[in-house]
Amino acid sequence: MQPATMKYKSQGVAKYYFVAALALFVGQIVFGISLGLQYVIGDFLFPYIPFNQARMVHTNLLIVWLLFGFMGSAYYLVPEESETELWSPKLALALFWIFLVAGALTIVGYLAVPYAKLAELTGNELLQTMGREFLEQPLPTKVGIVIVALGFLLNIAMTVLKGRKTSITLVLLMGLTGLALLFLFSFYNPKNLVQDKMAWWWVVHLWVEGVWELILASLLAFVLIKTTGVDREVIDKWMYLIIAMALITGILGTGHHYYFIGLPGYWQWIGSVFSALEPIPFFMMTVFAFNMVQRRRREHPNQAAVLWAVGTSVLGFLGAGLWGFIHTLSPVNYYTHGTQVTAAHGHLAFYGAYVLVVITMISYAMPIMRGREANPKRAQSVEMWSFWIMTLGMAVMVLALTGAGILQVWLQRLPTSGALGFMATQDQLAFFYWLRIAGGLGFLVGLITYLASFFVGETAAERAAVGAGAGPLASPASPVRGA
Amino acid sequence: MARNIFYGGTVFFVLVFIALVTDSAGHIPKRSNAAALTPAVERGKTIWETRNCIGCHTLLGEGAYFAPELGNVVPRRGAEFVKAWMKAQPTGVPGRRQMPQFHLNEQQLDDLVQFLDWSSKINTEKWPPNIEG
Repeated sequence: MQPATMKYKSQGVAKYYFVAALALFVGQIVFGISLGLQYVIGDFLFPYIPFNQARMVHTNLLIVWLLFGFMGSAYYLVPEESETELWSPKLALALFWIFLVAGALTIVGYLAVPYAKLAELTGNELLQTMGREFLEQPLPTKVGIVIVALGFLLNIAMTVLKGRKTSITLVLLMGLTGLALLFLFSFYNPKNLVQDKMAWWWVVHLWVEGVWELILASLLAFVLIKTTGVDREVIDKWMYLIIAMALITGILGTGHHYYFIGLPGYWQWIGSVFSALEPIPFFMMTVFAFNMVQRRRREHPNQAAVLWAVGTSVLGFLGAGLWGFIHTLSPVNYYTHGTQVTAAHGHLAFYGAYVLVVITMISYAMPIMRGREANPKRAQSVEMWSFWIMTLGMAVMVLALTGAGILQVWLQRLPTSGALGFMATQDQLAFFYWLRIAGGLGFLVGLITYLASFFVGETAAERAAVGAGAGPLASPASPVRGA
Repeated sequence: MARNIFYGGTVFFVLVFIALVTDSAGHIPKRSNAAALTPAVERGKTIWETRNCIGCHTLLGEGAYFAPELGNVVPRRGAEFVKAWMKAQPTGVPGRRQMPQFHLNEQQLDDLVQFLDWSSKINTEKWPPNIEG
């Protein structure tokens, strides 16, 4: 493989973030499988790890590892785009260790002591913020997240300011700033449950269906510029149109969470109309990725990265777009709200949009940080296999959960008299829950395959070819599978 | 052009969203019967949060999908049943889902039930479709 080095030495800090992200990802999946098992073997791990504790670990690890992934991506991307070294690599490294230790301590806290005890130990009574879904972190962790985010934004913003300003860095910076600002609402917990729920979505929805999409679009645009060689002007225009549609539909799309939590009925109209349009930016992203790959002006040797990029656009559309659409209209959501249909959508959307875009960045950047333009063919082949295995595992899970959700609605929600109770319904869903576990195990196999690809070296023939002076461009790169 | 659509569209819809949310906030006192939001209900919400109930249950359809909806549990089961149920946990039935024992005292149980009872009277546009939640 062609040797290559990072254009800017400070980009190397990204490696720490990527390694940590992947390690936490493994933890997330292991806990996910234990949760899946508890759905069918109710007392599995009880009383050592009750469901709620395992679930906090599962969802919080997801958020934290994606944040590691976003930060690592920014540290890699921004110096290259800005054509200057990072403002302070030392700060980036210090924040890395602070975030990692704080994150690890929080997870230990979730597992080691009862949640009420954790709340007491960490001063929850000073400002009550704990115990709301996804925002379960103790107060010191939340404060720590704010400090890390501020330091990170400072570092990135100073780098952008002293260097070249591109649309990609601007959009990325807006996304990351929005992420940090919206997190501040996690400190706002009104006593009135309806107000509390309304404001809670300003963090949760406006993250994943708002500012995170800016991060997603800019990372995808960066990798597509690098791997296809298509003109920046073309890619910038697509990126702006995609994020314009994302926010135009996504902001009022928040309304699809306001149907049944005590807010006025007009949200049923607003939420239905605007969230029904939310698949549009994701569809545009799919068209964009395929178009750029078709119009490519070079054969980049890292075809695995291209597969992840195209995969992000397709699975983001299916998960966030299609699976969101199936239950977003208020007359449908009236029956599916709070069922396994929501779980199906959540899993595929996070995987398709955010997990895959982080892996896309890692797949593109990691070989360069390891001193080569792309991984050996054999390693890329393992990586591509891992994409298909993970995606297939996820597909099985999502179809199983969708089946479970539909049956749940049929038994528990639709009947006007004689509806089955919650637990009686759950007993009827066991087949789907077992199938979900099979999908989850498949996903874990895919993830292990992915990690293994980092350790696959080149074949003897490839080594000989490089030794003889034949670069990777001498042999046509393998066509992108799935493109 | 594309960039201006982004900036213009974002600013416009952020403003519309703020206007709508402000209007909604004005409706909350009446729709949630805020007059009945007593200190006991407030304390009950804190119990709800610090025991991480949302990690298994849903409340008005939001939360985890492992255990029953509790937004209407008081009308469904009655206040006394809820308290007795919590005291009897875990059931220890092999293979069944288990709820931890939270060691709440009588006052805390009452507060929690007050909170759930208040929650059941929020105007949720007739959700859930039936009493099973």
